[in-house]
Amino acid sequence: MSSKVCVYVDHFQGRSSPASWEAIGVATKIGETLGGGVAAIVLGEKVEELAKHAIEHGADEVLLVDDASLKDYIPETHASVLSKLVTDAGAEVLLLPTTDRTRELAGMVAVDLETGVTPDVVDVEVKDGALIATRPIYAGKLMTKETCTTKPHVLTLRGRAFPKPEPETGRSGNVNKVDVKVEAVTTEVLGYGESEAGVTLSDAATIVSGGRGVSNNPKLEPPAEITVEQEQEIWRAQQGFELVRSLAGVLGAAVGASRAAVDAGYIPYINQVGQTGKVVSPDLYIACGISGAIQHLAGMRTSKNIVAINKDSEAPIFKLARFGVVGDLFDIVPPLTSALKERLGK
Amino acid sequence: MNIVVCVKQTPDTAATVTVSDGEVSWGDAPLVLNPWDEYAVEQALLSKEAHGGKVTAISLGSEGAKDALKQALAMGCEEAILINDPAFENADSLVVSKALAAAITKLGEIDLAFFGRQAVDSDTGVTFAQVARRLGWPALSLVAKVEALDPGAGTIAVERMLGSARQRLQTKLPAVVSVVKEINEPRYPSFMGIRKASKAEIPVWSKADIDLAEVPEAALRWPEIFAPPKIETECEFIEGETAEEVANKLADRLVEEKVI
Repeated sequence: MSSKVCVYVDHFQGRSSPASWEAIGVATKIGETLGGGVAAIVLGEKVEELAKHAIEHGADEVLLVDDASLKDYIPETHASVLSKLVTDAGAEVLLLPTTDRTRELAGMVAVDLETGVTPDVVDVEVKDGALIATRPIYAGKLMTKETCTTKPHVLTLRGRAFPKPEPETGRSGNVNKVDVKVEAVTTEVLGYGESEAGVTLSDAATIVSGGRGVSNNPKLEPPAEITVEQEQEIWRAQQGFELVRSLAGVLGAAVGASRAAVDAGYIPYINQVGQTGKVVSPDLYIACGISGAIQHLAGMRTSKNIVAINKDSEAPIFKLARFGVVGDLFDIVPPLTSALKERLGK
Repeated sequence: MNIVVCVKQTPDTAATVTVSDGEVSWGDAPLVLNPWDEYAVEQALLSKEAHGGKVTAISLGSEGAKDALKQALAMGCEEAILINDPAFENADSLVVSKALAAAITKLGEIDLAFFGRQAVDSDTGVTFAQVARRLGWPALSLVAKVEALDPGAGTIAVERMLGSARQRLQTKLPAVVSVVKEINEPRYPSFMGIRKASKAEIPVWSKADIDLAEVPEAALRWPEIFAPPKIETECEFIEGETAEEVANKLADRLVEEKVI
């Protein structure tokens, strides 16, 4: 069976990126128009479970390479195997979800196949047998449509930009175990650092973010042993972020931050939302003490519902917000947390 | 060590970017060294300072991109090269990676090539990986920390970002490294550095200078660039006598509107 659309199922040690299933949903639509099946590609060790999920989410077949040498993700190894499978399948389109792994992977495969790569796509249409992909540039201040003159067109799809297909339990499809000779590479994995706790920003349906304002609680008196002014500020900010975290906890949300809060050392960079952080698009984004610099707005403007809590009624964030509270986050966030806890029956 | 850092000139992130008749404009906002690349330049300089050697900054762009290279020189890079040729107009990442890989090959005997994670204008984030692939070098992507660099043994060990996890990797030199913001704090150019950079003559390399006889056409086309639909929202301000009242009203509205 020829599969015109291949989808790379991205995962971390067997845990799939939700956007992989969204990509299969997109592939199914494209496949219908182009006239050809959808092949999901699963690489790893002991990842047969993922192959099953791929079928359940709509793939017609799965190309599975289950090999000890693919246990850890290494871009060179994965790219070589992926390039070979896509070539052998004769695919016209390769879709990958956009994650920390796949931009590099897509780029390498595109070099192997001397073809075009369009990263972080938010919309796809098929016109006269060719794909037109839309993606943000300038952090979403503009959008561009991209087409590709060579095949396959390699695209990575932004998470949460496309609907996730409902899995159909017991759906049948071929799982083809493929033997691919995996070439040795010079990069070796030494281990894994500690994972950051909590929900990942890019996958989160709800995000609660804190800005510079989290350090501005005049009522808080830092402990006497903290004498350096900057450390006092960070201590205050950490108390502020505790409130943000509690609210996030009640909502099952990820914790975000503005660049100002990250640069001031209040919270690690991994939490940064904006042009030089993560670009996010949750169903609900609650901005606490964030005024809304253009770089921050670029990173969250496509959120479905934005709630802003800020002391300054003129703050630009209110221009994007559906609900706004002009007030001190230290006064509002604790009772809001209790109120939502009550309503959610927690 | 012989180190390269690949940089790009981009509009400042504070710029309001607009498009009219397919022409992108950032008004009077300044063009700057791509903010992500500052971290790459800094890491290149730190590596040089720890192990000796020199850092060469390379950029593919128009004549104006020399300003970004001067910024890299002012920070402390020894040399800078601009790649500029009509053949690279309308280049996509496939073509850009070909040019950069050719320039790195031309320089010869390079141990490390640093990149920022992506450029804030085109936002592709794939070029470093494509350059690595073309050179046949390992790519260490989204590096948040260099754990060890040993030019004698020809190895580098790093910690990279991988979603919510970190992966610790070691590889052999030469290698391509893309860095994230967490890795360092870029220095400000010194007064002496700025003076030196302002006087520097930056060589311009054409496709012939990097031994590219044929530059392939870009695989990608951009039939339309447009402004995203304006978000039309009227903010509903929640008010009340006390914070509790405001909080309760807001919670009620969020439930009523099925936001939660």
